[in-house]
Amino acid sequence: MDVLINLIKIIGVFSLLMGLVSVMTWVERRLSAIIQYRLGPNRVGPFGLLQPIADGIKFIQKEDIIPAEAHKVFYVLAPALAVIPALCAFAVIPFGPTVTILGQQVKLVILDLDGGLLWAFAATGLGVYAIVLAGWSSNSKFSLIGGLRSSAQMVSYELPMALAVASVVLVSGTLRPTEIVAQQAGAFWHWNALKGGWQLLGFVIFTIAGYAETNRTPFDLPEAEGELVAGYHTEYSGMRFAAFFMAEYINMMTSSALAITLFLGGWQLGIPEAWQPQPGWLLWGLQIGAFFAKLAFFQILYVWVRWTLPRFRYDQLMNLGWKGLLPISLANLAVTAILVAYDLVGH
Amino acid sequence: MEQIAFFVLALLVVASALSVITNRNPVTCAVSLAFNLVAIAGLYMLLDAQFLGLMQVIVYAGAIMVLILFVIMLLNLREEEQPHPAGRVQRVIAPVASLAFSIVIGRAVFASAPSSFPDKAEGFGNAAALGNELFTKFYYPFEAISLLLIVAMVGAVLLAKRKVE
Repeated sequence: MDVLINLIKIIGVFSLLMGLVSVMTWVERRLSAIIQYRLGPNRVGPFGLLQPIADGIKFIQKEDIIPAEAHKVFYVLAPALAVIPALCAFAVIPFGPTVTILGQQVKLVILDLDGGLLWAFAATGLGVYAIVLAGWSSNSKFSLIGGLRSSAQMVSYELPMALAVASVVLVSGTLRPTEIVAQQAGAFWHWNALKGGWQLLGFVIFTIAGYAETNRTPFDLPEAEGELVAGYHTEYSGMRFAAFFMAEYINMMTSSALAITLFLGGWQLGIPEAWQPQPGWLLWGLQIGAFFAKLAFFQILYVWVRWTLPRFRYDQLMNLGWKGLLPISLANLAVTAILVAYDLVGH
Repeated sequence: MEQIAFFVLALLVVASALSVITNRNPVTCAVSLAFNLVAIAGLYMLLDAQFLGLMQVIVYAGAIMVLILFVIMLLNLREEEQPHPAGRVQRVIAPVASLAFSIVIGRAVFASAPSSFPDKAEGFGNAAALGNELFTKFYYPFEAISLLLIVAMVGAVLLAKRKVE
């Protein structure tokens, strides 16, 4: 029975993520069009909603080009290596409370690990290989520079990100995402970003580092068009190219979901418990809805930022990471540690 | 179930380890090593050492191996560089020595293998249990290692720093 429930959860989350990815490609293009005073894709289906399907058909039909001098094994492997860790990381994200279906207690999280946060970091850390290998195996100088840039960038920004997470771990005293969410129950000021843990600074650091980790503007130097054609995926075409984009969107969702879980109460509604409906399908539905509403907000923020801010220069990026975010996140960790030690903050 | 997982992981560990030493292409070797480290992390997880396994992936596979790949690419060690040709003496001594070494290690492992494993304590292998051990029983060794790492880091920065005119 447990195996069956897990299988259903895995298939459900997998198809949901894939569905959200295709919706996101549409949102990104329509929203960028609105920001730039254009219309965007509006021909295929109502409001252009069927555009992702048309894109999918186009990608499958395109010729799959492997450059003559490429390292074939890694060239073929790299897109898969991008998608798999991205999907694995999402496994530890709780997207709803424990619900009762047909007398069975079901936790709405695939993998309720004691070290769940570490699992998410381990999985996203492995995502670097895809970009590095794609850049190297293409045997093109643009790809190689893109790959090198991304490895340096991701290793640098992992540090402030991990330190921001460590502050939350200090406050909650656990690495288990479901428990961190449970501690933030009640009104929205109990969330870790607010009075729950005074981690507003940590939240800002985590979000900025998240943009760098997912290679999104203003930190998209690994694929800076003006200098590198398309960076690490210059040589890719068809479905393999699409796989990199899928990985980017899934990574965006994982990083937003982690931010929500750690700082913004996860699936908690954020209203006092007295105002919430009785435990039942209404409450559970609202809570799952709250999680996905928060997720949607973060996705739109990603698009908004991308089409508003210009790209950093490479030295500015490194300066911001090492001389800006790292000291600030260290200070945040130290202050949080002192507050926790004197019982001024914590659950 | 656990046995199947063990044998699959063990096969992956041995296969990737062989790939590390038999391949001539440095990038292939580095990726195989990263794969090997992840598979070993899987073995740790099977032994309920969850924290250790996840840390192995984060630190070794996620950070150190990426830096090694980075260096290999920067040096552009692209195609199979010819290794130094092995001398005649080396050709004879190397297999004999490694065979002898593996026999010794194998016998030691078999001789010291317990007939049954001890029952694991509550919460074995998670971050809390490890933290408690590190900061009580192994406090001084832990601090000594931290100091050593800081000294190494300062040394590396000093060596890499350009001379001030």
